[in-house]
Amino acid sequence: MDILDMQKKALEVRKGIITGVHSAKSGHPGGSLSAADIYTYLYFEEMNVDAKNPEDENRDRFVLSKGHTAPGLYAALALKGFFPMEDMKTLRHVGSYLQGHPDKKGTPGVDMSSGSLGQGISVAVGMALSGKLSDKDYRVYTLLGDGEIQEGQVWEAAMFAGHRKLDNLVVIVDNNNLQIDGTVEEVCSPYPIADKFKAFQFHTIEIDGNDFEEIDKAFKEARATKGMPTAIIARTVKGKGVSFMENQASWHGAAPNDEQFEIAMKDLEKAGEALCQK
Amino acid sequence: MSEVKKIATRESYGNALVELGKAHNEVVVLDADLAAATKTGIFKKAFPDRHIDCGIAECNMMGIAAGLSLTGKVPFASTFAMFAAGRAFEQVRNTIGYPKLNVKIGATHAGISVGEDGATHQCNEDIALMRTIPNMVVINPSDDVEARAAVQAAYEHKGPVYMRFGRLAAPVINDSSDYQFELGKGVTLREGKDITLIATGLEVSFALEAAELLKKDGIDARVINIHTIKPIDEDIIIKATMETKKLFTIEEHSIIGGLGSAVCDVVCEKAPASVYKIGVRDCFGESGPALELLHKYELDAEGIYKQVKENI
Repeated sequence: MDILDMQKKALEVRKGIITGVHSAKSGHPGGSLSAADIYTYLYFEEMNVDAKNPEDENRDRFVLSKGHTAPGLYAALALKGFFPMEDMKTLRHVGSYLQGHPDKKGTPGVDMSSGSLGQGISVAVGMALSGKLSDKDYRVYTLLGDGEIQEGQVWEAAMFAGHRKLDNLVVIVDNNNLQIDGTVEEVCSPYPIADKFKAFQFHTIEIDGNDFEEIDKAFKEARATKGMPTAIIARTVKGKGVSFMENQASWHGAAPNDEQFEIAMKDLEKAGEALCQK
Repeated sequence: MSEVKKIATRESYGNALVELGKAHNEVVVLDADLAAATKTGIFKKAFPDRHIDCGIAECNMMGIAAGLSLTGKVPFASTFAMFAAGRAFEQVRNTIGYPKLNVKIGATHAGISVGEDGATHQCNEDIALMRTIPNMVVINPSDDVEARAAVQAAYEHKGPVYMRFGRLAAPVINDSSDYQFELGKGVTLREGKDITLIATGLEVSFALEAAELLKKDGIDARVINIHTIKPIDEDIIIKATMETKKLFTIEEHSIIGGLGSAVCDVVCEKAPASVYKIGVRDCFGESGPALELLHKYELDAEGIYKQVKENI
């Protein structure tokens, strides 16, 4: 893995997020930006997917359980070549295939429709089970929000995955610590997260989810883990990369206006220039 | 009269799954700790590796079924109607219906004929819930023959299907050699020119009996079996409105949102006619032996006869 290259790609993903949400005048930038490094790593380093053959039955699968952060997924898919980055401007527009929450029926590279929290993880578990039943060696990844794990279905799915020893499954929790009504601790604390997954027979890894070195190490460790699924608890910064959005719950589900859009893009450009000087 | 063979359609479901499993390796069956009751235990015995017990977690089961369908399997997710259509409604809508996945839902123990377990387990709302979901096919077979045919048809249909089965042994009425099941096609079981009884599921055999009782009073009742509630056979309903004076819909389900409502949707728009809905009258059920409950709620032949006479 070339870290500098990953960081540059992640900046492009972040620009795609801001462009999409700005054009839509709505959407969820905060949780898309916090997970941008994870999206980038999954699609450019970890997962076996081919933009020219998006339906390959042996491909790795990704289910975005926290479906509201679709702009992050779309930007990564666009950068990977599944569809033009230009289409990010159609996000949430009438007639666009880039729906507010992922719709697998019309979007190349989207493995599952999602958005109603707590449900995507079950689908990922089903895909992983299917791989075991069919003796296929694809891997399955699913990304959850730390607020999302307040949904009881998440733990039904975790119990089943642990019970079935689905070591082809990686659950990633984007632990940005913020949900709509405030911090996750204030609303209804899900902590300790790793201990909970451990209790459901998961191998757990806690990392800084905005640090590619740690991300890389975690996914390699998950791949090497046999006989149990892995949960990666990724501590992240909500709104990461855009100065005025960082750690602000108010940017969970709000779009930047034209002025804010310019500032956000300037932030990301500046970060890109800094990377080029490395 | 010779003894009529009776078999519960949940039993037919289990048996049909085994047949399907023999023919198609990709068929897998899911259950939520009710394999003995939903009769998927029969499949489990034949194909232990392809029977997935999800434990008592129906919402997760629907998601797992979705994941299996996305990776080449044809899953039959099985539990009581209350939990399939009720508890897991939103999972079925968003995770199966919206992406139009090839998931089959086998819902047993529908209606008040669940019997002694009482109201918490007697689902009278599932048809209403399931037929509102775009892409969803809803089948409510009337007997063993039709139930087994329905399972086969559900397999052949590409997309989500909800199948409703009962706990109570139902008389076999479709055992003629030329019986054919066609998804979305109603069946005229008895010709008649005065009124039409449109029934579904367990109520079909009771409707046939009621027609015999009405005949003694000089009322010539047509009997139509609607096994597929969605998509519904509009032509057979419209024809009945033209050729008979009044329609009576009969179902072991709430009169709100089920077969009666589906028939009214057609009649209102395309052939205005008088429809009287016979079913569970916006109330919960209760404990008791199934046949006694069906009598109390006027859903046996005698109850249908009485309601027709009062409302003709």
